[in-house]
Amino acid sequence: MSTATETKKILIGPIADNNPIILQVLGICSALAVTSKLESALIMCVGLTVVASFANLFYSLVRNYVPGSIRIIAQMTITATLVILVDQTLKAVAYEQSKPMSVFIGLILTNCIVMGRLEAYAQANPPWPSFLDGLGNGLGYSVILIVLAVVRELFGSGKLLGIEILPLVSDGGWYVPNGLLLLPPSAFFLIGLVIWAVRSWKPAQVEKPSFTIQAGASHAAEAH
Amino acid sequence: MAAKDTKAYALFVAFLLCLVCSVFVTVAAISLRPTQQAAKLDDKRKNILRVVGLWEPGTNIDEAFKQFTPKLVDLESGEIVENGPNPAMYDQYKAAKDPAQGGEIIPGEEDLAKIKYKPKYATVYFLYNEDGSPKTVILPINGYGLWSTLYGFLAVEADGNTVVGINFYQHAETPGLGGEVDNPKWKGQWPGKKIYNSDGESALRLVKGGASTEGEKAQHQVDALAGATLTSDGVSNLVRYWTSEQGFKPFLDRLAAQSQPASAS
Repeated sequence: MSTATETKKILIGPIADNNPIILQVLGICSALAVTSKLESALIMCVGLTVVASFANLFYSLVRNYVPGSIRIIAQMTITATLVILVDQTLKAVAYEQSKPMSVFIGLILTNCIVMGRLEAYAQANPPWPSFLDGLGNGLGYSVILIVLAVVRELFGSGKLLGIEILPLVSDGGWYVPNGLLLLPPSAFFLIGLVIWAVRSWKPAQVEKPSFTIQAGASHAAEAH
Repeated sequence: MAAKDTKAYALFVAFLLCLVCSVFVTVAAISLRPTQQAAKLDDKRKNILRVVGLWEPGTNIDEAFKQFTPKLVDLESGEIVENGPNPAMYDQYKAAKDPAQGGEIIPGEEDLAKIKYKPKYATVYFLYNEDGSPKTVILPINGYGLWSTLYGFLAVEADGNTVVGINFYQHAETPGLGGEVDNPKWKGQWPGKKIYNSDGESALRLVKGGASTEGEKAQHQVDALAGATLTSDGVSNLVRYWTSEQGFKPFLDRLAAQSQPASAS
């Protein structure tokens, strides 16, 4: 029974309680780059989730044989291999979609979530929990990406998955799209809003201030 | 276990890991290559079908594509090359960078499209009427926008002047701004436009603030893309380049001369 709850904790934890983007603030770069369209965000989510879970699984399998001095290189090699496999498969099965995505798929290698989970979790845990941890973090990342992409595509270009939802003024409809949402900085603002919302819902995630200004501190300094 | 700290052991593990990974990568690359190449070719064909409005979701690409005949055109003389490379295999963008295949560097002041290299031959796709006379020619075009080189096709009627359509199959312009070159509504303005003015100069342009709707100008003007000045300029320049003397003008002039008597009779 305890294993079942443990499994659930590893898998579900990263989605809300310990989300890699909004709590750990990792993997922001791709969250900015691929969320202007829902379709590319979905492809990226699948790509990252596959790479994160299998990189964790394979690295965990060999973790006891890899000397500490070359562990980062070993993690990178396994991740790079998986990234190439994902990229090649995508080119074969969804060529049209892969064209604008290829550069970001390649950059999964440098995604802090993958590296972070390998070093923080797979390095010290057996294969199955490692796999679940990668899967959970991939899903946590996916949830945020999908939220961002839905907002950005819907209000930025009036569409979802390329299907028109809000008819644009330029096509004879009524909706004036917000061009800012199509630019990468808008994802920053949206991530900020999501972090605000989640931390209001779960106050435990609010970080303690790293310092506070004490009343009278300046007087104390002057007195010396 | 003491051996685990030695350099030799680290090298051995690294070597083994790389070997296993490289086997995976190699197997994937080789086994997926035919599918990838087929997907790439299909994508290009789909775009050729799109530019003349023959593509709908579910169209059998192989079947629909039988109507087209690829031919090589000598860009300088505008003549069709009969004894050259196989047009189905020829890659003009590769050939442009290869001096052995006649690729040349474009002099800076002539390089409107900012593409640096030009091929000797270009692959033009012909669509024929039932009587065997050319109906539409599909010209490959490319040029630099804001972030990327745009690759596409411009379809022109047999009079060598009237546009049938334009389509870009590869670019990395900003989605929603420059990326609107893919917008069907915008592309819908192109059919019927005339490339050349009465002096025979390439006059087709993208115009900011709305194309004029009256007079001779209306024939040569298309709305620029909102919020994408540099992409619009890029598209304008690449169309101008490819319809100029350096591009397909010699070929289009020949085509027009051939089709004139036929249409008069």
